[in-house]
Amino acid sequence: MKTASASASAEAAEASVRAGGSTRWGRLWKNRWLYVLLAPGLLYFLIFKYVPMWGVLLAFQNFSPFHGFWKSEWVGFEHFRVFFTNPEFFMLLRNSLILSFYNLIFFFPAPIILALLLNEVRVALFKRTIQTLVYVPHFISMVIVASLTYVFLTTEGGLVNELLDRYFGFKISFLTDPAWFRPIIILQTIWKECGFGTIIFLAALASVDVEQYEAAIIDGANRWQQMWHITLPAIRSTIVILLILRMGDVLDNGFEQIYLMLNPLNREVAEVFDTYVYFMGITQGAFSYSTAVGLFKSVVGIILVTLANWTAKKFGQSGIY
Amino acid sequence: MRHYRTIPGTIFDICNCLFLGLFALAAVLPFIYVFAGSFASDTELTRRAFFLVPERFTTAAYEYIFSTDTIVRSIGVSIYVTTVGTLINLFFTVTMAYALSKRHLAGRNFVLNLVVFSMLFGGGMIPTYLVVRELHLLDTYWALMLPGAISAFNLIIVKNFFQEIPAELEDAAKIDGCHDLALLWRIVLPLSMPVLATFTLFYAVGHWNNYYSALLYINEPSKWPLQVILRQIVMLSQMAAGDLNAMDPNFEKPPDQSIKLAVIVVGTIPILIVYPFLQKHFAKGVLLGSVKG
Repeated sequence: MKTASASASAEAAEASVRAGGSTRWGRLWKNRWLYVLLAPGLLYFLIFKYVPMWGVLLAFQNFSPFHGFWKSEWVGFEHFRVFFTNPEFFMLLRNSLILSFYNLIFFFPAPIILALLLNEVRVALFKRTIQTLVYVPHFISMVIVASLTYVFLTTEGGLVNELLDRYFGFKISFLTDPAWFRPIIILQTIWKECGFGTIIFLAALASVDVEQYEAAIIDGANRWQQMWHITLPAIRSTIVILLILRMGDVLDNGFEQIYLMLNPLNREVAEVFDTYVYFMGITQGAFSYSTAVGLFKSVVGIILVTLANWTAKKFGQSGIY
Repeated sequence: MRHYRTIPGTIFDICNCLFLGLFALAAVLPFIYVFAGSFASDTELTRRAFFLVPERFTTAAYEYIFSTDTIVRSIGVSIYVTTVGTLINLFFTVTMAYALSKRHLAGRNFVLNLVVFSMLFGGGMIPTYLVVRELHLLDTYWALMLPGAISAFNLIIVKNFFQEIPAELEDAAKIDGCHDLALLWRIVLPLSMPVLATFTLFYAVGHWNNYYSALLYINEPSKWPLQVILRQIVMLSQMAAGDLNAMDPNFEKPPDQSIKLAVIVVGTIPILIVYPFLQKHFAKGVLLGSVKG
């Protein structure tokens, strides 16, 4: 009896604690410390995320820091018109699309294949060791990745060129020859992210029921058939989700990586939207024009993600939202 | 058993292990070469090209690095920004995540939607730069720490974790007269240590590796973090970071190549030191993130 009444009064107390006071203001006052805790984070999002979002309106102005946002002149779509009629626009679009296409063809399948191969390894210790090693490059900064690339590929004492020179008697200017720019970018991406990219697939594979494989073996399926009919379907929805997210990044080639590998000699193939925004905006101070270029890029990204998501749902996949 | 032994199957297994072994080797070999080369002399580097153990071990490159003002100061900047920046990240993320983990809080859904939308769309490089400029943060260390104070992705994962903590624990403390701040400090945080350790490491690695913010917001060479100096030395082949004449003029300058390698080692070592701790946690972190909610 005693315990029952104790728990009943505890429940009543709990209910009143949960509900706070009886009035609206009472509830707000009751939760005042929670709002105090919420404030710094909310301020952060408003200042560093939402003010810049509203700042995209600069794209429709002739913004001058001198006059400030409120007094600058409105010019409508003028900057977009200038940008789309600029021959540089087609160079940027071509470079961005080609890099994204190469990424999709050469990089995107790499973690999937690596995960499938890792999944076939039977010795657990060997598998763990390989995983530990291939995850390392993901945590290394892009500057170090680019530095390693320079140290290995430069014509002035770079390792690869020293070896080429010694055994074949010639050197290749990997870092300045436009023909080598795209392969180097893709190789950097594969080296840095391929290993880490397997995590999400290995997680999906870990949840596959072993009985499915046993049943398949009894039915006489070989390992290739097991992979094709059991393993691959298990990661199909993950692949689709990653593909949809990739679509949003078609014009987004990773600023740091491109910027670090860009130089005046390979600019015709290397310059993409992000680096162009940086050079026009930060270096040359064309704030409104570069904001317009950036806005174009994000709007295309949102449209592509939405389209890809819609298509995936049409084909019966679950999509990202 | 999943597998049964066949001859083609065994051949595949051997090739598979060989391939994976080579791939793993390719992931770490560059570091081993750079590490070995940083302890070698320039003559050996040009003579032998590729090696994994130097014949004559020398620390000249490191002595040189730590005798320069530029590099030592940039290491100091990186350590400062990593330490203070990570504390800022944790403070902002934990406080906001705790408030958002309370389902009964009025306005919670609105704020959550703000957070999620910011993951889909952003103002971009230039408007964010102008905000930082208007706040007079250019050329201050705040510019390296505040604009990325919260990662929306991490925030949501921490919020989901707080929601999993049984409400009874907090209610009991509340009846004993604990208010929300004390609850967070005395009940919730001690229960969340493993999760917080994970995010501490992730945020810290992010700060140490950050190049983008310094490139955009810091013009003054004396405030550049290590990543910027690293690029100057290795890729632009210049020590033009300001004050080389401040160095000891009697110090004999060792060969360029081994200095480059040594600077790369200095930039990589902290990451490799925390990597074992990271590795213990990140698989869990990625899995947590894939749970929607």
